[in-house]
Amino acid sequence: MSVRTAMPNLLARVPGVAIALIVLCTVFGLVSARFATPTNIANILVQSTILLLLALPMTLIIMTEGLDLSIGAVLTFASIILAVIVIATGSFALALSAALAAGLCFGLANGVLISVLGIPPFITTLGTLGIAQGLSLLVTDGQSVVGIPRSIESIYSGRLAGIPLPILIAALAYAVTHILLYHTRFGTYIFALGGNREALKIAGISVRGMLIGVYLFGGLMAGFAALLMTARLNSAHPTAGVGMEFDAIAAVAVGGTSFERGNGWLFGTLLGVLAVGVLRNGLNLLAVPSSAQVASIGALVIVALFIDGLRSEP
Amino acid sequence: MNDDAMNKNTKGDVDIAVRSRLAFSSNAMQALYRLLAATLLCAVLASLSDVFLTENNILNVLRQTALLFLMASGLTLVILTAGLDLSVGANIALSACLSASVMKATGSASLGVATGIGCGTFIGLANGVLVTALRIPSFIATYGVMWMLTGLTYFYMGGETIHGFPPAFRQLGSGYLLGIPMPVYVMVLFLAIGTFFAQRTIWGQQVYAIGANPVAARLSGVPVHSRLVLVYTVSGAMAGLASLIILARINSAEGDIGENLTLPAIAAVLVGGTSLFGGSGTVMGTLIGALILTLVLNGMNLLQINASWQPLVTGVIVLVAVWISTLTRQSGE
Repeated sequence: MSVRTAMPNLLARVPGVAIALIVLCTVFGLVSARFATPTNIANILVQSTILLLLALPMTLIIMTEGLDLSIGAVLTFASIILAVIVIATGSFALALSAALAAGLCFGLANGVLISVLGIPPFITTLGTLGIAQGLSLLVTDGQSVVGIPRSIESIYSGRLAGIPLPILIAALAYAVTHILLYHTRFGTYIFALGGNREALKIAGISVRGMLIGVYLFGGLMAGFAALLMTARLNSAHPTAGVGMEFDAIAAVAVGGTSFERGNGWLFGTLLGVLAVGVLRNGLNLLAVPSSAQVASIGALVIVALFIDGLRSEP
Repeated sequence: MNDDAMNKNTKGDVDIAVRSRLAFSSNAMQALYRLLAATLLCAVLASLSDVFLTENNILNVLRQTALLFLMASGLTLVILTAGLDLSVGANIALSACLSASVMKATGSASLGVATGIGCGTFIGLANGVLVTALRIPSFIATYGVMWMLTGLTYFYMGGETIHGFPPAFRQLGSGYLLGIPMPVYVMVLFLAIGTFFAQRTIWGQQVYAIGANPVAARLSGVPVHSRLVLVYTVSGAMAGLASLIILARINSAEGDIGENLTLPAIAAVLVGGTSLFGGSGTVMGTLIGALILTLVLNGMNLLQINASWQPLVTGVIVLVAVWISTLTRQSGE
């Protein structure tokens, strides 16, 4: 965990995801005249904010050798709670607290099932994915929730000092996660949890508490992402967040965080989020259907994991 | 030296055989408990709903159980090796759509069947290669493949629906023989093949050995990689077969045909007593698991409970089933 061992790792990784990003940008810049315009680039940045909010906690979760497949469905459920409550009561503060609470509840459930009951993370979150999806359908009866006050929309479209609000929110989230991971004891333990769980236990640290904390963080960020999503769509839809967890996992994998050894790199995740954002935006400009975009991101993940596998060869 | 190696091999096989026979008796008890649970469920449903015991509904339950079993049977082998195949539903979707368009274009049922099973098998093989040669953890490899297939299917279909297939093909899903739906015969056939393979062949025993302890299996001479490729390929092939039965039953194919099929298939395997941690479980157990899950979902339909409850209930069932297997694993250690 010392600087000396971290530096070569960092240098070895910079090329991978950064080159992917540069290649994608160059190709789309050459192929489409609309790609390299200031408006479009601002667009990519703003559109990537929701994904970043999910990918940040996903990085921490994957570093603990875990996975959260439920995060997209939890985002959807929180977004529906937000919309329903703001329409019913008119109180934004109440609605946001309820959405965050919904996210935290799922985070707590994931954390407890994984750490206390010992159920593997991917199957736990596959189960809670089903539960969150079912709840979303039940609350809305499969319909969109519309009629949200205009003021919420301005959270996505508004600006502060010329900078779009979503970017400020995402930058704040990045800063908080960075401090949490690199400058607190909690973060140090996360590195240790993926790399050497036994050592942590012997040192008397509560691994259960740590895991619950990491998944709670995931639920909380899903709640904030739900705020941006609702503001962006100006409505809540029971299938709005379907597959978002896949983009988030893709961004983390492309960003060079390893699935098996607790090796994480937060800045890589940021670049990975941008790579996924650029890929989607570029394919959109070329009028490639969103179904083919999903397939191409799937291919991107397999390639990234393949390279990850090659790196781990002794 | 050759003799030595052979001795070791035979000894390993004997060990595996003894262990599996011991496991078999406890498996039989587990199957008995689960059958009791299924009977209890039937009794409850019969008392709550007048429709439950009608001929139509019983045939419906049998047909649904058969379909769920076929999806889950190959998956059982994968889970026995402590792996997971999340691409089952997406595999079914692509296989069904390709098979449908081939049948529509050529009018030939046999070409359609070959396409569906061929597509499923190829996807399974790809999964196997990703897991073994590229050493990607199975749940993440098949998760990536799942999204690629989903994307491909929607792209290929472009929102279109293909319907109307040859009558001979439709028999596979909606036909009857001696008053029993055709899928039930397919189910019995594959139950026999699956049980024979898992319990009575060396390859089957090796699958158990890999799940129980991959390192020990490798050291005792089990070709771990080729057996793993085999189980993922079988899981893909069974998904291809299931896609044909769905296609023949509903007589139309759309991009979303495989949606919400993976979780029930995993649930059937886990409720059937196969451990997510590998090495224990039976194909017969999966049949009972498929029956229990079908009864639950059928009962919810009959009692007119909102269909939105189904993913929620399935999710809870998966979690409870894994929790129980975690508990028994801990107490066994």
